[in-house]
Amino acid sequence: MGSNMAECHPVAFQWVVEARQRGARVFHVDPRFTRTSAQADRHVPLRPGSDIAFLGGIVHHILATGSELRDYVVNYTNASHLVSEDLRLPDDLDGFFSGWDPDTATYANETWRYDGPPVRAAAGRPSPARGEAPGAGKERGRGQTFQSAPTDVEHGSIRTDPTLEHPRCVFRILERHFRRYTPAFVADACGVPEELFLEVADALCANSGRERTSAFVYSVGWTQHTVGVQYIRTASIIQLLLGNVGRPGGGILALRGHASIQGSTDIPTLYDLLPGYLPMPRAGEQPTLADYVEQATAGKGFWGNTGAYVTSLLKAWWGDAATPDNDFCYGHLPRLTGDHSAYRTALDMLEGRVEGYLLFGENPAVGSANSRLHRLALARLDWLVVRDLGEIESATFWRDAPEIETGELRTADIATEVFLLPAAAHTEKDGSFTNTERLLQWHTKAVEPAGDCRSDLWFCYHLGHLIRQKLSASPLARDRPILDLTWDYPTEGPHQEPDAAAVLAEINGWDAEGQPLGGYGRLADDGSTACGCWIYAGCYAEGVNQTARRRPGHGPMHVAPEWGWAWPDNRRMLYNRASADPDGRPWSERKRYVWWDADARRWTGVDRPDFVADLAPDHVPDEDARGPAALGGCDPFILQADGKGWLYAPDGLADGPLPTHYEPHESPVANPLYRQQANPARRRYPPGAGPADPSVEAGPDDEDAAYPFVATTYRIAEHHTAGGMSRFQRRLSELAREMFVEVHPDLAALRGLERGGWATVVTARSAIEARVLVTERMAPLTVAGRRLHQVGLPYHWGHAGLAPGDAANDLLPIVVDPNVTIQEVKAATCDIVAGRRPRGPALPRFVESHRPAPAP
Amino acid sequence: MSAHPSPLLGPEGGPAPGTAGTRFGFFTDTSVCIGCKACEVACKEWNGVPDNPRGFTANSYDNTGALGANAWRHVAFVEQGRAAGGRPADLRWLMSSDVCKHCSSPACLEVCPTGALFTTEFGTIVVQDDVCNGCGYCVTACPFGVIERREADGGAWKCTMCYDRMRGAKQPACAQACPTDSIQFGPLDELRERAAGRLAELVAAGEGRAQLYGHDEGDGVGGTGAMFLLLDDPEVYRLPPDPVTPTRHLARMWAMAGAAAAALAATLAGSLLPSGARRSRSGGRRWR
Repeated sequence: MGSNMAECHPVAFQWVVEARQRGARVFHVDPRFTRTSAQADRHVPLRPGSDIAFLGGIVHHILATGSELRDYVVNYTNASHLVSEDLRLPDDLDGFFSGWDPDTATYANETWRYDGPPVRAAAGRPSPARGEAPGAGKERGRGQTFQSAPTDVEHGSIRTDPTLEHPRCVFRILERHFRRYTPAFVADACGVPEELFLEVADALCANSGRERTSAFVYSVGWTQHTVGVQYIRTASIIQLLLGNVGRPGGGILALRGHASIQGSTDIPTLYDLLPGYLPMPRAGEQPTLADYVEQATAGKGFWGNTGAYVTSLLKAWWGDAATPDNDFCYGHLPRLTGDHSAYRTALDMLEGRVEGYLLFGENPAVGSANSRLHRLALARLDWLVVRDLGEIESATFWRDAPEIETGELRTADIATEVFLLPAAAHTEKDGSFTNTERLLQWHTKAVEPAGDCRSDLWFCYHLGHLIRQKLSASPLARDRPILDLTWDYPTEGPHQEPDAAAVLAEINGWDAEGQPLGGYGRLADDGSTACGCWIYAGCYAEGVNQTARRRPGHGPMHVAPEWGWAWPDNRRMLYNRASADPDGRPWSERKRYVWWDADARRWTGVDRPDFVADLAPDHVPDEDARGPAALGGCDPFILQADGKGWLYAPDGLADGPLPTHYEPHESPVANPLYRQQANPARRRYPPGAGPADPSVEAGPDDEDAAYPFVATTYRIAEHHTAGGMSRFQRRLSELAREMFVEVHPDLAALRGLERGGWATVVTARSAIEARVLVTERMAPLTVAGRRLHQVGLPYHWGHAGLAPGDAANDLLPIVVDPNVTIQEVKAATCDIVAGRRPRGPALPRFVESHRPAPAP
Repeated sequence: MSAHPSPLLGPEGGPAPGTAGTRFGFFTDTSVCIGCKACEVACKEWNGVPDNPRGFTANSYDNTGALGANAWRHVAFVEQGRAAGGRPADLRWLMSSDVCKHCSSPACLEVCPTGALFTTEFGTIVVQDDVCNGCGYCVTACPFGVIERREADGGAWKCTMCYDRMRGAKQPACAQACPTDSIQFGPLDELRERAAGRLAELVAAGEGRAQLYGHDEGDGVGGTGAMFLLLDDPEVYRLPPDPVTPTRHLARMWAMAGAAAAALAATLAGSLLPSGARRSRSGGRRWR
């Protein structure tokens, strides 16, 4: 669901093809009939933005038919935990959970907690910060900024009812919350006929249990929504109820947008995280390392050792300068002062509050929501560094942006100094990829980069050196974080290329004697170990680059422990304690994976157990135990503060402890469940972020609305994201040279669109033109009694390159999920008319004339 | 990539040493083609095939159009929806990577007056561009419309099954690039067997219209070195249902033509000669 795996991950899709040949059934639940649907046993079209309704329908179906794997649910999930009696569900409050504060447009989540004595504030999750960066206060729906920190729930004090009968236990709350998600509701909300929905739900239940497992695969079709995190939460609930987590053939596979995006969250390019999902400290809230550790440590499980992880990170970064006396240079870490996400930064840029910007392999002038706004924002910078393979739009906007033609920008007025630096491709440098399965795979340079092309590592390393040289005489305390850094990687060759393996060795870390660490279990909080990313500890064990191993797997389980290296500790499947029943025996012979060897008193199996190796299944921890020692023998979810899989999230989410269906920010239909139309906690930005369809405020209109159709954006196999790696390549450009829009024959007839001709797509933000592809694959769906059309927009094109075209992202609003600040570009409202768009200044006038007056 | 080891294939998937004389070919299993066009790109990269600037065709996701001098692999996209009589839920999107068939009776080779086309030691058909004089006879002879003259250089061009790679014990670029094993390269005999097995699987799974194309040595081109497993009739993929090598009946045609000519000559001789001479030379076969 929400994934076009065949087109966007064709190489990984070979395994789906092979699984199908071995008898697996594949359902593709997705608005469009894509090349993935063509390879599925059944395509189930649903309305963009209605996935929670569909998945919630499956939750309802599982509970209504008693299809859950009971022993798993009772023992491994929080189904039995009792929740505060103050919790109110959206059914009680017409679309809101309890705790909503309309003034700040955020939730206070005290009422979402487990029952019992009041628990202290969530670890590493201070309440939403106040006094933010300039302009930040104007945003609506700002949620918490820390997202991945451990959450403490005082495990010892949780009240449970293993019979699952108590009306306030999670299981009964689930039942109540999803009671309206009937097949009839799914049909009405998603446009999926009841029998088709039931075919999926029944197949999923029949293919789950002791003997069988089912897997979900998703991509950005789920994430890029204002309620995207909750999409994935809903799938998690399904998989936990059916016992499909931590077991072979189960799980939820998140396919990432590019190679090594997983790696760039593990060792993040995200503003609010440090390596290994440690939270970034906030200004004024964790002044000392002790404060940080105290707030970021969970009472139970492996987030109980946060102090060792962060101290080792500080030692890796600041080496000898980091001592117990100076809090291991904890003060050197940057502090968050608010929302520093890419969109907030672009808006600040637009208002002239950002001087300089470095873009590494990113093309916001095409690839970010409301790309037009990003072009206008880049024009307000003093300087801009673009490192890319070609001369992408984000580097040339100053001379050829569409806004030059419309008169909104004049080259002579743009003061931005652009430095375009050619980058080396992955074939031209050493390094590692970490993909969705957490597998690190080393790659070695095949050819020298041509001309002035250099690796990003080269650029960062030498830039760091230059900055350190310039600061070397500085007496200022503020320069110590840079001057104290360990910055001594060996270099080689005529261009002094840093040794990438030396960086990996630092990430792996070493002990006081300088010996490489074998795993994160060795990390200490006394400064005796250094480790650049605690979950990667072991990737360079024994001084050997474990990620470069290439020994294929063999045998029926296909676990290949010596192919690359997987975090953590080379475990190929997370939470695999759950692949055994509560007594430690495989759920079935067919699905044996990891089990308890009673004679050896150890966990064993075909994979490394993701558990404490000698923790017996019947172990009951002491009441006052902390950290890993507080885990019981039936607590497979060792990174959760209660050791259980969360059907219900008592903490950690900005928009509710349970998922529920909200309409997208822009939707042509009314929310069938509540008067509250969209996710109330979604993060909106001030008007500078671009106007919205006025029906967002007024309530959705009818067929006569200005924007009666659903626009959805996506990729095709022929191109790569914003085109930087494909539209500048002639072999790829010729496969799909022109921007096109996909419409159903009925919509083409309705709007007089001609096959192969031109059409103009218009939203409240802008209008773009595209060639018309008429296809029955864009099925209109009957939703709430109306026939609703969707308009399909690949988002690869921009104004430069060998295959130029209008950018679909010009059409989309900047409105984001409150948990992870990801943009909603999978569902917005639009109109489509025949012919090319107006040129020059007539374009903004056309967009303006199409936009109805805001509702009074 | 290929998941099918063979004693006749080396570690890189190409012909193993000492296999010259074995006929190699392609088996394209269209049931697992995902239409990614990696085959088209890999072919062009390896063989230096020029651009094929067609722009947007509005014909599904096919902007390549057809095989030709500048497209040696072509992925066809066939959308079967309501127009084909189905309900929306029965929508089908067929994809198939087309290529030169490397016929057992290659018409292109047989009509070539310069000997530019030849049969390699692997049983494949290759054009030598330095011998080709651009006469274009092969273009009209090919029953599949595969080979084409290139405007820029006047020569005739088509798939070589990466003859140079095969000689270097590598498999053709398209087969190596194919992520789902839709394009399989190997000894033709093994491919035939595999194709038959895969067809049986699909038919058993309810693909009633699945069929092999090019496997029949009794067809009009003597069978092909590039076989296909199709999910519908060949016409659906714009493949000729009953391809015939135009030169196939040449011997018989020449025999018939010869007989006809002789009869004609006899008749002519009889009518042109004076009656006395006719009689006097009635037993002779000479004429001037």
